[in-house]
Amino acid sequence: MSEQAPLLSVRELSKSYGARRGCADVSFDLWPGEVIGIVGESGSGKSTLLACMAGYLAPDAGAVVFDTRAEGPRDVLSMSEPERRMLARTDWAFVHQNPRDGLRMGVSAGANVGERLMAVGARHYGQIRAQAEDWLERVEIAAERIDERPRQFSGGMQQRLQIARNLVTGPRLVFMDEPTGGLDVSVQARLLDLMRGLVRQMGLSAVIVTHDLAVVRLLADRLMVMKDGLVVEEGLTDQVLDDPQHAYTQLLVSSVLQV
Amino acid sequence: MITVRDVAKRFTLHNQGGAVLEVMADARLEVGPGECVGLVGASGAGKSTLMRMIWGNYRINAGSIQVAGVELAGAAPRDVIALRRGTLGHVSQFLRVVPRVPTLAVVAEPLRTLGVDVAEAESQAGAILTRLNIPERLWPLSPTTFSGGEQQRVNIARGFVHPWPVLLLDEPTASLDAANRAVVLSMIGEARDRGAAILGIFHDESARAQVCTRLVDVSGFAVAA
Repeated sequence: MSEQAPLLSVRELSKSYGARRGCADVSFDLWPGEVIGIVGESGSGKSTLLACMAGYLAPDAGAVVFDTRAEGPRDVLSMSEPERRMLARTDWAFVHQNPRDGLRMGVSAGANVGERLMAVGARHYGQIRAQAEDWLERVEIAAERIDERPRQFSGGMQQRLQIARNLVTGPRLVFMDEPTGGLDVSVQARLLDLMRGLVRQMGLSAVIVTHDLAVVRLLADRLMVMKDGLVVEEGLTDQVLDDPQHAYTQLLVSSVLQV
Repeated sequence: MITVRDVAKRFTLHNQGGAVLEVMADARLEVGPGECVGLVGASGAGKSTLMRMIWGNYRINAGSIQVAGVELAGAAPRDVIALRRGTLGHVSQFLRVVPRVPTLAVVAEPLRTLGVDVAEAESQAGAILTRLNIPERLWPLSPTTFSGGEQQRVNIARGFVHPWPVLLLDEPTASLDAANRAVVLSMIGEARDRGAAILGIFHDESARAQVCTRLVDVSGFAVAA
């Protein structure tokens, strides 16, 4: 059944901070259209892993092989800096937990979206603005607010703007770090709905790091559970949550408050 | 279409002193096309456990479960996902949805996943919701605000919107009034007559008598405590 090639293959990725383990020996494959969730408590290494994959941190060992459009599978870690930057602007996207880390707060919403288009060569002002408007609408931000700065937006709107900015170039892989963290529950639901719709429409693959099991239950096809920098369990999302095998996963699942 | 052979299931409760619960051993079962098999046995005998192993959200500790030729014991997640997309349907007892998503979209979703375009998927979803007496004014609302019986019908609509060749039904008629119960039973009968292989848990004996072609008692698979 598995004739396609994986979009992303992570092999034995490790990163230490001196004597302390960030993450160690993490390997997995992600196929086109698939969403993988990485869960674990604070300090479990999930954010370190994400940062190593996305090129924000240099891992000590391992490989991150991405199936590029032009040249097929390439190890991202051995790419030149300009090549990697190009990849980050075109086929990859990164949605930060704090929208302020992913947006430019000093320029308008429209410019935030348009900037990424210009980075891949768009030059026609009218077209850039039209595409920015279209994307603001897709993330449910009224087009008339295109000239406002993100500072004037609520937290939920800022997060939606960050998603628009990231997806406007039609990436194939999105990394998300606690995308619903710090938002009201009602705003979270709206964002979940939006992300699920976009992943479906665009056939995106995504890696979502979160500590929220309800979020991964609704968004992720597969789950990896991390503890102390190691992957302790992985599998189909509902299998890991309904029939957890590892002591830590059992503790995690049984600790969720029922509403 | 469903073949269960020598299946065993145990739970290891690491946070309760590593207690090991052997709950099932040597389970055997066969469901062919056009059959509707009802699982019976006392509460706790393992009906739901067996259903969950076939759905793939419980691991299989020994033996083999095949659904439409796909081996589920040790299956790769993406193979289970592919199986659920077009072959294996499921009506659970609980509706789990992203809050805020309209009922019509919730029901149309399995078709959208199969690549059916929005208009067609929503028209089929609307037809099945109408049949299950969910009035059109509720379609734009999220089912999370609905009553238990309405949620159950949305769940059933979602489970029958595509003609899955294999169907798992967990108490599909629980919490339904007589009129809706009759609709659901006739939908199950139609699915069976078009050749679906159906495995279900029905606590309602007359429902069982109406749709099941055969019953399997799971008590024989339970491991004595």
